[in-house]
Amino acid sequence: MRTDINKINEQTPYEDLTEGLMMFAGGTSKHFKTGEWRTDTPIFDKDKCKQCLLCAPVCPDGCIPVKDSRRSDFDYDHCKGCGICEKACPFGAIEMIPGVEPVRR
Amino acid sequence: MSVKDRMSGNEAVAYAIRQIDPDVMPAFPITPSTEIPQMVSNYIANGMMNTEFIPVESEHSSMSATIGAEAAGARSLTATSSCGLALMWEELLVAASNRMPCVLALVNRTLSGPININCDHSDSMGARDTGWIQIYAENNQEAYDNMIQAFPIAEDKRVHLPVMICQDGFITSHAVQNIELNEDSEVKEFVGEYEPEEFLLNKGNPVAFGPYAVSNYSMEAKKAQEKAMEDSKEVIISTARKYKERFGRGFELFEEYRTNDADYIMIIMGSAAGTAKQAVDDLRKKGIKAGVLKLRVFRPFPSEEIANALKNCKCVAVMDRTESYNGNGGPLSSEVRAALFEYKIYPEVVCYTYGLSGRDFTVENVYEIFDELSGVSEGNIDIKQHRYINLRTKEEA
Amino acid sequence: MDKGIEIRWHGRGGQGAKTAALLLADVCFKTGAYVQGFPEYGPERMGAPITAFNRISPEDIRVHSNIYYPDLVVVVDDTLLNSVDVTAGLKEDGAIIINTVRPRDEIIPLLKGYKGKVYTIDARDISVKALGKYFPNTPMLSAVVAVTGLMDWSLFIREMRSSYEHKFSKKPEVIEGNMNALELTYEALKEQLNEN
Repeated sequence: MRTDINKINEQTPYEDLTEGLMMFAGGTSKHFKTGEWRTDTPIFDKDKCKQCLLCAPVCPDGCIPVKDSRRSDFDYDHCKGCGICEKACPFGAIEMIPGVEPVRR
Repeated sequence: MSVKDRMSGNEAVAYAIRQIDPDVMPAFPITPSTEIPQMVSNYIANGMMNTEFIPVESEHSSMSATIGAEAAGARSLTATSSCGLALMWEELLVAASNRMPCVLALVNRTLSGPININCDHSDSMGARDTGWIQIYAENNQEAYDNMIQAFPIAEDKRVHLPVMICQDGFITSHAVQNIELNEDSEVKEFVGEYEPEEFLLNKGNPVAFGPYAVSNYSMEAKKAQEKAMEDSKEVIISTARKYKERFGRGFELFEEYRTNDADYIMIIMGSAAGTAKQAVDDLRKKGIKAGVLKLRVFRPFPSEEIANALKNCKCVAVMDRTESYNGNGGPLSSEVRAALFEYKIYPEVVCYTYGLSGRDFTVENVYEIFDELSGVSEGNIDIKQHRYINLRTKEEA
Repeated sequence: MDKGIEIRWHGRGGQGAKTAALLLADVCFKTGAYVQGFPEYGPERMGAPITAFNRISPEDIRVHSNIYYPDLVVVVDDTLLNSVDVTAGLKEDGAIIINTVRPRDEIIPLLKGYKGKVYTIDARDISVKALGKYFPNTPMLSAVVAVTGLMDWSLFIREMRSSYEHKFSKKPEVIEGNMNALELTYEALKEQLNEN
């Protein structure tokens, strides 16, 4: 029986957990919204970005989506706001601002 | 149709493994279980089975590889003894907590030190709380029969726990004795095909095994594992019944030998149970109402059943073939006394330690113990608990 | 064989006493008996004294201890008489078989007053004659069957031939040598068997 990840939480009784807490499902981390942990938020400035893509591989949470060799805006559902991407960007296209909400200037 | 043959306990287990024909067997040699992987390798080399044999560099690796193969979806087993089991320690717990229905053929040998290659139960008893089902054998026949029942128990959906099939090192592993063997096809049918619902190498159905669990989940996981161990009792019993119906042999949780009207009962595991049964027959001829409860299943521990089996006797001897170094006897005596207390059944109980590091245990020793029991129950002697049988002491010199 | 028989073998590591015990269990099994054959294990040391045991019985064998009161003792090497108490616990109505080049009269005084039957056999001589090499196993096994009458002699010979044919299918010369050793042993023991 495949695991419905949404039915497993800290209120689940032991009888309803999976055997050995094994997950009979794939890609389950996307159901886990680590974006809630964020205290600082990266802001992406599309105009300054040269699409060098130095930021994407250093993101520990895979929150910089890349398609056809071009990055797009952050996945804020999962970005923890660590700020590594800001340090990696040579062009000042990423700026960390305090707070959880991505506020555009 | 069974075939009459004669073979050693190791040969019998290897023969059962050939008949089961598991998918994977990783193993590392150690006395006295070395012959098992050696014989299985021969069967494989001779084209008599299809198992993938993995020679590994240690027992930690053999158990790791067994778990890995099992998780991948392969029916897997290994074999070991003594220090080999000790080196598997971490992985034993990983196998059980990840609910791997793998099997271990254990040939009981003492743990160091002093370093010694002979039999006692210190290896498996040391691993008694690792979450493995433990089934013990009196002789080559039972080791064979238990081996064939191992996978049907482990793989049952109510269980999904690893199973350790134990036999006494050298005493049964290297003793040639008569045995009845089942037909290959009948074993194959009894064990059945392994069809895991979920496994790692199942394309398109990804799974995650062995996850980290924070405290908010971990305790629930442990309780669920404990529940599976409780539930395994029914499965062990029903598997034993099915086996007996089909092949005409075997016991469920334990064998009760002449215990019905017994005043004195000895609880004992492994090969020494046979010696005890012989002694009981001799004592019965003299009018002494003695009996033997031979424990087959130590994990899960059949507390209620044992307490019930002892409710009408006057005095019980609990025989431990290992030392717990706790000043309170061995694990079997602790478990039996706890069971009696829980179910409010209070015969006199005397706990003994015997057979450490291969020290011999004879019918005369059994006579002597029953003689002490009758003295205890008549209030004649106040016997010391946890006395060592066949020990040289100043007192006995 | 109305009741069981218990046998203790004394040998030295590497002489094949254990193998002989297992062979005896094997051949007795073929006659329908319940059998047990096992060595007393320790560190494997070539030349160290070792013991092996057999129980042969018409009934199921359950005892798993060593044998302390044997019906028969087999000594595969007479140098053991100096260091091992081979007759310990041996039943007075039992027997002992000793592999030695010395005559029986010289051996009896070494047996600590044992009053039962004593048989001696020169297994080296027989083995060298029959096999060209010293393998005391076959003559000692033969002597056990001849002395105990555990099974009919001709049945024993038949079973041993079939077992050697199976074991040495690629070395037929060894089959005849071993069969010869069995018969030579019986011949050599004949006189003692009549006397006892």
